[in-house]
Amino acid sequence: MLHQVLFIIFAAICVGGAVNLLAARHPINSALSLILVMASLAALYLLLGAEFVAAVQVIIYAGAIMVLFVFVIMLLNAGEEERTDGSRVARLLGYPAVAMLAGLMTWVLVRSSGAGGVRLGEFLGSTKDIGRLLFRDFLLPFEVTSVLILIAIMGAVVLARKEG
Amino acid sequence: MDADLTTFVIVTVIKIVITLFLLLTAVAYTVWLERKLVGRIQNRWGPSRVGPFGLLQPLADGLKFLFKEDLIPANVNKPLYLAAPILSLTLALISIAVIPIGETVTARGVTTYLQITDINIGLLIILGVTSIAVYGVALSGWASNSKYSLLGSLRASAQMVSYEITLGLSLIGVLILSGSLSLREIVEAQSGTLWEFIPRWNIFRGQFLAFFVYLCAAFAETNRVPFDLPEAETELVAGYHTEYSAMKFAMFFMAEYANMITVGCLATILFLGGWLGPAFGPDWLRAIQPVLWFALKVFLFIFLYIWVRGTLPRFRYDQLMAFGWKFLFPLAVANTLVTSLVVALRA
Repeated sequence: MLHQVLFIIFAAICVGGAVNLLAARHPINSALSLILVMASLAALYLLLGAEFVAAVQVIIYAGAIMVLFVFVIMLLNAGEEERTDGSRVARLLGYPAVAMLAGLMTWVLVRSSGAGGVRLGEFLGSTKDIGRLLFRDFLLPFEVTSVLILIAIMGAVVLARKEG
Repeated sequence: MDADLTTFVIVTVIKIVITLFLLLTAVAYTVWLERKLVGRIQNRWGPSRVGPFGLLQPLADGLKFLFKEDLIPANVNKPLYLAAPILSLTLALISIAVIPIGETVTARGVTTYLQITDINIGLLIILGVTSIAVYGVALSGWASNSKYSLLGSLRASAQMVSYEITLGLSLIGVLILSGSLSLREIVEAQSGTLWEFIPRWNIFRGQFLAFFVYLCAAFAETNRVPFDLPEAETELVAGYHTEYSAMKFAMFFMAEYANMITVGCLATILFLGGWLGPAFGPDWLRAIQPVLWFALKVFLFIFLYIWVRGTLPRFRYDQLMAFGWKFLFPLAVANTLVTSLVVALRA
């Protein structure tokens, strides 16, 4: 019962934040809404019993990546964006496309509910389990990902270096 | 509600009230201690007029903050300007919730830990809260619409993000040794002695390098001297809180000192054996000794904070970044590698 109430609260905050992210006119408000989305996602993970994932979600996304977003917005002193009314093509194709996508997702979710639902404590979410999964069962993909990130860092350093 | 739940709620509320009271009193008297000690270091008396030894000075300061005019400058982004100090203080107060200050107490048949809550990911909660705390500083500077504030908060964000990585890495050695993220289990893993006379604290189990890295990163993370560039008064007036007055300024101020105390508690728990210490004397003394040991260790840490403030000059900004990334960071990585190698070879 309490579980359900909490889920609805945080899911509502999450969706509200996401909508505000698109609707806000000032980039800093958009960034802050995104932080809100990340934080409420963390709360949802916590409700599923995935405490480690929840903490990491906050530390990495809300705490590190979004700080860089906010930092850049502050540094560039980005102002409010101007509203254009959008092109006609976007309006003609965009709204039906959004409606179709939403309908499709609802259909898939409704059809699969009951079969693949996850309940509290049903899956491996503790720090130990995740460590075991990452460093034993999925060691190769994990290492490949870290090499990928390393390449990205090196690319950024090369691009940022002054010419000559 | 059934009886268990009622007891749980009552006990938790009592613990929260006591913890907050202790923390805020400690904050007030850390400020007093700092003024007194820095005074002595500079051959002055420090506060001495209000009460014996100036002991009522924090009270006087608090009243002054309450009755000062609460200014809101023109052209600030008002919602964010108001939210920033609240965010800072709230986050600073939240992280104390997972800090254990002693073993259990039993009253009226209810036994409880001396800690608001013991969760499996206690340490990660603290790291998460610290990483969110950057926003208080960043938003205050941006929303103030002042160049000094903006520069201060830009510096602060860059500094806190950089040193947070080092801070996290310096803790890995301890985590490998204790095998848990719960702060209570980390302390319990340090009980006993090495060769019969040295306490089995993590700092004596090869983690002194990690302790040094943690100290530096923690000083930077709390924006204290010699890493106090975000509020360097000679360049930036007061940095990110230049435009704040009265209670809103006091909230930043309290957040800074509360963070100092949390960081001190964390250092005590992770490296200095928490509440562990020799037990002696009559029964009543033995009962309160763990808390006393804990308080003493945190006090030493805060004393060190103030001592450093009274002694060291401030870094230059490029020195700060170079120190963090080119010296502390590799040191933390090396410590992690060596610790895991030793643990792996022993296993």
